[in-house]
Amino acid sequence: MNNPQLNKNGKLQHLLTTEGLPAPILLKILDTAESFVGVTQRDIKKVPLLRGKAIFNLFFEPSTRTRTTFEIAAKRLSADVVNLNIAASSQSKGETMLDTVNNLSAMNADMFIVRHSQSGAAHLIARHVRPEIHVINAGDGRHAHPTQALLDMFTIRRYKKDFHNLRVAIVGDILHSRVARSQIHALTTLGVPEVRVISPKTLLPAKVERLGVHVYHDMEQGLKDVDVVLMLRLQNERMLGARLPSAEEYFKHYGLTQEKLALAKHDAIVMHPGPMNRGIEIDSAVADGKQSVILPQVTFGIAVRMAVMAILAGN
Amino acid sequence: MNLPDAEQLLAELTDKIRSDVTKDTVLVGIYTGGVWLAERLHKDLECTLPLGTLDVSFYRDDFHEIGLHPQVKPSNIPFEVEGRHIILIDDVLYTGRTIRAAINELFDYGRPASIRLAALVDRGAREMPIAANYVGADIVLPEDKMLALEQKDNRKLSLNLYNKISSE
Repeated sequence: MNNPQLNKNGKLQHLLTTEGLPAPILLKILDTAESFVGVTQRDIKKVPLLRGKAIFNLFFEPSTRTRTTFEIAAKRLSADVVNLNIAASSQSKGETMLDTVNNLSAMNADMFIVRHSQSGAAHLIARHVRPEIHVINAGDGRHAHPTQALLDMFTIRRYKKDFHNLRVAIVGDILHSRVARSQIHALTTLGVPEVRVISPKTLLPAKVERLGVHVYHDMEQGLKDVDVVLMLRLQNERMLGARLPSAEEYFKHYGLTQEKLALAKHDAIVMHPGPMNRGIEIDSAVADGKQSVILPQVTFGIAVRMAVMAILAGN
Repeated sequence: MNLPDAEQLLAELTDKIRSDVTKDTVLVGIYTGGVWLAERLHKDLECTLPLGTLDVSFYRDDFHEIGLHPQVKPSNIPFEVEGRHIILIDDVLYTGRTIRAAINELFDYGRPASIRLAALVDRGAREMPIAANYVGADIVLPEDKMLALEQKDNRKLSLNLYNKISSE
């Protein structure tokens, strides 16, 4: 099967989605990230690996955190990073996305990090660029956010060691979530035997069971005996029409509180991709509680993005 | 060809290093063979400071030709490098490029007082101005051969010769 992410030698050329990536490639990224965690803890948090490489952060959709983590990761690899907030630049003057990419390629770009509100944008750019240019999808529409999923896998492995005996629950707005889709593909590929999604019917994509997940509408049932709770952000900006009665109603049924978390295993970890809506999908007592690994996720996110860039640049 | 016994070479190397070791000496092994040797030296020389390990993958000069090494291990330097006397340990000293990378990596942890180099085997053919302070044996080998240290389950070390895989 042709996978647009792999080159003719079966190596990773672009990172566009976790879907269809074989487990050895996912594990190589996680293993390489382990070494970068050490680098980020030194006084000099920098290695010379990508010295002289030009990496362009192409953000067609606003994002502060993801863009910043990619920027830090690239700088710690000694690459030169250029941030382009396209929403506020050429495209508002009428330039097409591919013309923007052509212009930047003419400036000898080596890698594009792409965030776009339209699903498939990173794929389109990857198909369009010269073969020596690598593309990383930093989130496209509802489709995929592979580096977020990989940093989540890294965090799970750090705390739970092995994927093969875990019960993982993804909670919240699955319908609009590119993070959830990428997490589901990565979890199933890495051998997690039971992936649950917990969501109201209105925030669940049609036929989600086909991805190999168990669907729960009752959070208390869904959280029972899980090892990992992956919370999602309630995406107010993506809500079309009235899918929910109110934020308060949502918190009552799907907000993660200490009481609900007590139904999971006693050593369950709680994760969230950020930014959090405290009091809507997660209670502050849980977000700041001892089972929360939300801030380690952010730290590991830098190492995982360094690993992805280093592997791509070397392939 | 007959290769020397690695265990015998290690015993000789240990004796050569011994007189220079003080309580402030730290050993740093380079993955993979250098770490096996460093673990043995650390024990036999009764070093008190913890052992350091380096994986120089992020500092290699051939990254742009061959990409990232398939299995990168985390470097671990569990002591202050600043002002320290370091003995760097590798199994086979050849072009000198690995040692160049290791020295650069060490400097990203701090400014050591000194770095010395110990190698089980020096096979010559240097491409960098680098020399070892302690060597187990000098062995001249044809260019198409690769010399590798191996460790068995009982931790016994041996030297083995392979034909280089062509880069095609």
